[in-house]
Parts: sequence; C-alpha cells; structure tokens
Amino acid sequence: MQTILSIGADALAYGMVLFVISIGLSVTMGLMKVVNLAHGAFAMIGGYVASYVTQQMGLHFAVGTVAAVLFCVVLAFPMERLLFRRIYGAPELIQVLMTIGITFIIIGIANWLMGPTLKTIALPDSLRGPVDIGFRTIAAHKIFAAAVGGAVALGLWYLIERTSFGIKLRASVDDTAMAGALGIRTKIVYSVSFAIAIGLAALGGVVGAQLLPIEPYYALHYMVTFLVVVSVGGAGSIPGALVACLLLGAVKTTGSYLWPEFGNFFFYLAVIAIVSVFPNGLMGRAK
Amino acid sequence: MRKLLQATAAIALMATAAGADTIKVGVVGPFSGSAALQGRNFQAGIEAWFALNGKTVGDHEIEIIYRDLPAADPAQSAALTQELVVGEGVQYLAGYYYTPDAMAAAPILEEANVPMVVFNAATSAIVNASPYVVRTSFTTWQTSTPMAAVARERGINKIITVVSDYGPGTDSETAFIKAFTDQGGEIVQSIRMPMSTTDFSPIMQRIKDSGAEAVFAFLPAGPQTLGFMQSYVENGLKESGVALLAPGDLTQESDLGALGPNAEGMLTTFHYAVSHDSPENKAFVEAATGWLGNANELSFPAVGAFDGMHVIAHMIEATGGEQDAAAAVESVKGLEWVSPRGPVSINPENRHITQNIYLREVAKEGESWINKEIQTFENQGDPGWVAP
Repeated sequence: MQTILSIGADALAYGMVLFVISIGLSVTMGLMKVVNLAHGAFAMIGGYVASYVTQQMGLHFAVGTVAAVLFCVVLAFPMERLLFRRIYGAPELIQVLMTIGITFIIIGIANWLMGPTLKTIALPDSLRGPVDIGFRTIAAHKIFAAAVGGAVALGLWYLIERTSFGIKLRASVDDTAMAGALGIRTKIVYSVSFAIAIGLAALGGVVGAQLLPIEPYYALHYMVTFLVVVSVGGAGSIPGALVACLLLGAVKTTGSYLWPEFGNFFFYLAVIAIVSVFPNGLMGRAK
Repeated sequence: MRKLLQATAAIALMATAAGADTIKVGVVGPFSGSAALQGRNFQAGIEAWFALNGKTVGDHEIEIIYRDLPAADPAQSAALTQELVVGEGVQYLAGYYYTPDAMAAAPILEEANVPMVVFNAATSAIVNASPYVVRTSFTTWQTSTPMAAVARERGINKIITVVSDYGPGTDSETAFIKAFTDQGGEIVQSIRMPMSTTDFSPIMQRIKDSGAEAVFAFLPAGPQTLGFMQSYVENGLKESGVALLAPGDLTQESDLGALGPNAEGMLTTFHYAVSHDSPENKAFVEAATGWLGNANELSFPAVGAFDGMHVIAHMIEATGGEQDAAAAVESVKGLEWVSPRGPVSINPENRHITQNIYLREVAKEGESWINKEIQTFENQGDPGWVAP
C-alpha cells in the first residue's frame, strides 16, 4: 500500500512537470497550427537563464524564474515577427524543417556560450531537500512543480475560455480573415499567444530542471516526449494535456518501478493504444 | 614481379623519407554533440603533453589530425579511420571514446600497418580485437572490482546493484557481483535501467523496498548522474544510511560542481582524480586547464589522452619514425612510467594499462568539490580480460 502511494506521488509529480513544459507546445500546435519543434529549445533557454541568474549572479530562485520567463518572452517577439510568422499556415514539412533548424542553432549557441556541462538552478532552502508527507518523503521541488502545474492549467483555461483575449484568439484561429474583418488585430493576437507559449516553455524548463537537467542537447532529448503529450492529449486542449500527462506519468513511473529493464516500452505502448482509440488525442477536436 | 616489388619498395622508401620529418597521428573522438566535453578533454590531454614535452620526438614532428565522431557509430568510425589511413596517411591512430567505435576500427589496423592507442573506450575485449591495440585508459572491470573489497571492509553484507542498461553498465554489474560474492557478500537484487531514464524516484523506491544495506551503481558520466544522485538524497536513502558505492564515472570532476552537496561523502573507485597529489599531476593539470581555459572542465579522458601521447612518442622513438606497427607495439610492451595518475605500465600480455585504482570520497576543498583519494589499490590489472 505504501509503495502504491509512493509511486502515485512520483507519478503525479512527473506528470505535472511534463504538463508545465508541454502545455505551451499544445497551444502553438493546437491553436496556432504551428508544429514548433523548437519548443524544447526555449524551455532550455529558460533553464539556462535561471541557472545563470541563480548561480553566477547569486540571486534568488524567484528572480531567476521571472528573469527566465521574461527573457524568453522578449526573445519570442522578434523571433515570431521575423521567423515564425512566415510559416503560419505553411505545410507541416516546412514548419518542421524550419523549427528543427532553429533548434540546432540554439543548441550550437548554448554549447558555445554556456559550455557542454550540465547546469543546475540554485533552489531556495524552502524547496531544497525532502519533505515528509506522512507515508514517505518527497522532494519539496516536486510538490512545487505539481502546484505550478495546477496553477498553469487553471490560469490558461481561464485565459482561453473566459477572457476577451481568449475569444479573440479562438476567433483568429478558426477564421483569420473573418476575425480580421471584425476588427480583431490578428497579428498581435498571434504574437501575444506565441509569446505566452514560449513563456510557458521557459517556466517549464525552470520548474522541471530538477527532473530534466539543463544541458545543450536538452532541446533534442525531450522533443519526442513533448510531442507525445500533445498528440495523446489532443493539440490545443488543456484538460486533454493534463489528463495525458497524468496518465503517461503513471504508466511510466509504474513501469520503471516494476520492470525497469523494459525502459520506455510501456510508455510507448500506452501512447500507441491511446492514439489508436483516439486518433485526435484524448480531448482533441476532430479535424 | 620483381620489378613491381622493387617499384613498390622504392615508392615506400620515398614515402617514408618524405614523411620522416612529420608524423601524423589521427585522433577520432566526440568533438561535437552531447559528449563534446569528453572530446575536448582528449584535446586537452594531447595539448598538455605537447606543452610539457614539445611537439617533436627526435627530429620527427608530431601532427595531430582530428576527426569528429559525435556519438557511438561503428560504421562511421570505420569510415573515418579508413579515411585517416588512406587519405591522410597517418602512422598512428588514437582516441576512440566509445567501445563500438574502437571495435569497428580495429580490423583495419593490421592491413594498414598502424597501431591504435585507445584513449578511453573501456570494454575489456577491445584489446583482443587486434594485436595492434594499446590502451591507456581503464576498463570498467578494473575500476569496479576494488569496490567490492571496500564494501566488505565496511561490514556491508547485502547490496543491490543498479546500472544503466548498456555495455559498460552490465560490465560494471558483472564485475562487482563477481568480486562481492567471491568475498562472501550477498546481492539482493540487480536492476538495469534504460539509458533514457530521467526520473529515478521509482528506482529509489525499489532500492528502499529491497532491504539492501548499500547500492552499487553505474551510470555514464554526464547529465543522468545529476538526477540519480538528487533522487537518492530526496527519497531519503542517504539520510537512512543506505550507502551509495560506484566507479568514478558518477563523480567525474566536470560534473561535481553540479552534484555538489548531494554527492558529499560518496565513495567511488577510479583510476584518476584531478586532485591526485603528485608533481606530475600538478604539471599536467596546469597545462591541461591552461588549454581548456576553465578548470572545471577537466576530466578523466584527458589523462587517458596524455598517457596515450606518451606511448605514441615512445613508439616513434623506438621505430625511428619508420612505419612499423609490429615493432612500435612491441616496444611499449612492459613500458613503465609515472603518469599524472600515479605509476603505470603496459601489460605485455594484453597491451592494457596496469595502474593504481584509488578509493575516493567526495569532499569540499575551499570553494570546490573534489574526489579526495583515501585508499590505494596498487598495480591493478584488468580482471575482466580473458585471453582470446
């Protein structure tokens, strides 16, 4: 029983970390229809900024997190204007080629600027070390990551479903020309959504850095995992991504407890099973 | 027929005469990609050797030709090696970070009349792949075996082994289990983790449930070790006194800064610590970090490369710069010298390096973390080697 509870806690934590990083990609792919393979690269940049701010400059973790998100958001605007705007509505192959190219460039720059060693983010004392939650001890930063995941899920759902910006975004995505005719400045809406998605990637990179350590090849190592979450959850669906992350987290954690030698076998088996039953993902909209 | 032979001999003579002043050494290693730091350490080792000994041996100048092999890729390794031999006309081959790469290049050596000095690849069988292979690094068997004695000395009876599921991981597991059970210990469980594991909490839960007094672990040096060590602390294993024992791959100096307090007090066995206290090592570290520009990037592949250059220089001297692989390899059999890691020699039987293996403890010295040597196992051969 204690073991089951323990695995459950690990699964929840892993799933939530996955969620925070992947949800931005779900937004770009589902709502903006851009297959952004560079998403992980932005998460990595966020991680590097937070690492630099907390380790080199010795500032607090909170400052590091805010700096990481702001840096990526500020970086997102010119990149959206100069690069990504050209591939809206382009065939998927072109989007994939361009974004993977961007990924390689970012990896190269990261390697050159920050070096090939792995970087850590200094946690404040309150997030460091184990916390006793009754039946076991769990890392404080995992609880923090799960809480951030919950907050992001709620906030994003509210933004898209309940605010006027959300309405404009959904309108722009469904019919750009008509939305434009009705006076919605679609280009700005797209820029802002892209920046939000990138900001979420950065936040995920920072919060998840304890599980997915920051090094130059981060952007490639976890690309498949992020894409899997989006396709299992259904692109653009926040509850879908959340359910997918928790489900995949549970499968992966249980699998690696019971049969570690099988590796990712059960993870991908679950992915195949879910995608065959739900071709558009758990909560994706039919095309 | 005789004319043809004479002509070939003449050309061969001309070739050696023309090449007498420059001897090319082809170095294959990961100079880009996720293991680029290890490749940089090859370079640092070579450059440190040049800085301390000069670029010439007698009147022969050594020229290094680098070829980048970012990941384990046997086909590409064979292709690069062939190109170095045929296209560049190298007289010596060196480097090779991964076992499959060294294995794939070995069959070329005899026909090419070129010796290979392995700077890193650590599987025991590599030296059997060709009589022209000499190795100046270590084997996983060599670094893992002494840990069994360390565990027994500390009164540990029950151990769980946890290794990454690939060649060196299973080597390390087999080596440790053999030595530990020979000495009367009991292995309660053996877990093999996939290389792609990032969340180690479930593994830690397994360790906890197994009732073992200590864990013997092997993971490749690099990003994974950070998550593993962190999980070990966060899941309360360190606190509950379950000791973590491992070969030094887990605590390579370039990762120690990131591992920090999580690794404090951890025991590892390995052939080289940057902190090794000897004048030879001081000179080496100074020269190597001078080239790297960052003291925190120096790690064990550099010393493999440094000693590899020592071996190559000796071969050049012994053959007078002639291309004669058999004589070159013969000349270093039994060769003894003092390396930055301590006294070493080349075992004439298997051409692998015999060296001290040190028990080290992760400790803080000033502001930085080091592997502090606390016990020496002298003159260790490769227990994993089996005569072909």
